[in-house]
Amino acid sequence: MEYLHIGLAALGAGLAVIGAGIGVGKIGGSAMDAIARQPEASGKIQTAMIIAAALVEGVALFGVVAALLGVLTVPA
Amino acid sequence: MHRNFEPTLIKFNRTMTAQKSFKIIVIFALAILPFFTFSQEDDSKIEEASKKFNAADMIMHHIGDSHGWHFFGSGDNSFTLPLPVILFTDNGLVTFMSSEFHHDFDGKYVVEKDGMKFVNYHENIYQLNEGESALQKNDEGEVINASKPWNFSITKNVAAMFLTVILMLIFFFSLANYHKKNKKAPSGFNNVLESLVIFVRDDIARPQIGEKKYMKFMPFLLTVFFFIWITNILGLLPGAANVTGNIAVTVSLGLFTMALIFKNGNRDYWKHVFWMPGIPTFVKPILAIVEVMGLFIKPIALMIRLFANITAGHIIILSLLALIFILESAGVAGISVPFALFITILELLVAFLQAFIFTMLSALFIGMAVEEHEHH
Repeated sequence: MEYLHIGLAALGAGLAVIGAGIGVGKIGGSAMDAIARQPEASGKIQTAMIIAAALVEGVALFGVVAALLGVLTVPA
Repeated sequence: MHRNFEPTLIKFNRTMTAQKSFKIIVIFALAILPFFTFSQEDDSKIEEASKKFNAADMIMHHIGDSHGWHFFGSGDNSFTLPLPVILFTDNGLVTFMSSEFHHDFDGKYVVEKDGMKFVNYHENIYQLNEGESALQKNDEGEVINASKPWNFSITKNVAAMFLTVILMLIFFFSLANYHKKNKKAPSGFNNVLESLVIFVRDDIARPQIGEKKYMKFMPFLLTVFFFIWITNILGLLPGAANVTGNIAVTVSLGLFTMALIFKNGNRDYWKHVFWMPGIPTFVKPILAIVEVMGLFIKPIALMIRLFANITAGHIIILSLLALIFILESAGVAGISVPFALFITILELLVAFLQAFIFTMLSALFIGMAVEEHEHH
């Protein structure tokens, strides 16, 4: 029970990362489709893809930072 | 004709790649073999050293800020660049070099200045209360007989930021001087910088802010881009500071973007935040609350993204290296050192990507604030 909070924090970080993985995967996949359909628009698609991926990643990092704070602040 | 050749060609290529990868595997296995024999010989020595090893402490020490710039070694043998400690106490300004703490950050070594006593406890400087001679803590590890003075020290992170600022001044003054004298495109390093400046202008500022207004925000975007990029790359060097992985630094960067949005937001922008046109009236207050929250969440997201990305990168590299000492075998080094090298190279990409993302999203948010809407 002593290390329960660390385990829960790690689990939370893992769940956040699953969400980000699905999100970034969908964005990347759709961008690939779009570039395959319209190779001449690849520059614009890549920019939009990176912005969307960064927004998704930001939310996941909120989760990871919250988990990190959980590990660091709860006294063992 | 062509088709007849293809199958043999592919087959030939396949055997070639198979041979090549086999060769690589054999060479790699041979390369890490010495580490395993070494580990068996020196087992007792490594065990002795690892008794004291705490991975979490080591990592936190490396990614945190400190009052001296530590390069290598431990205790009194360590090679540390002393940095000035600047404190505002109740009795006025106190300054001394961090070397006067003698590499101690457990609060044991007391420095006396102007009749006041200072200790460095976990990189926080405490001023001991009147009449006390040593730092005392209660059972929970909280300090009970000392207070924290205002600390304006030039810490490791501040020194690293100064280094970045000096580098940027040198780079861009030389580029500017070149263009004063010459009409041609520059060569060498100046050319690299110029292509990046044009990248920020043509791929970030222009499409996001718009042709009319982008020039006003170029100084900010370029400064932020190069500051983040150069500090990120300097942070990857061994013994360097983790500046962009410090939440205070990223908070200030986020605040700059927020201030620019608040100052330059036009009438349309604020109207779209508080009383947006084109939706039913009873939804407007609810959406206004969400939009006002969004005003603050945007810079907070910028700040967390940069902080977490850079800190996570440093933690991964340090954890891979810590595995050697946790598993008490030098053989692990054969695997974890190449993997740490791989992550370090990946971090070079992340260093650029995070500078790009920060600048891009700042430009996007500023562009949203200054955009001219057609009247509905």
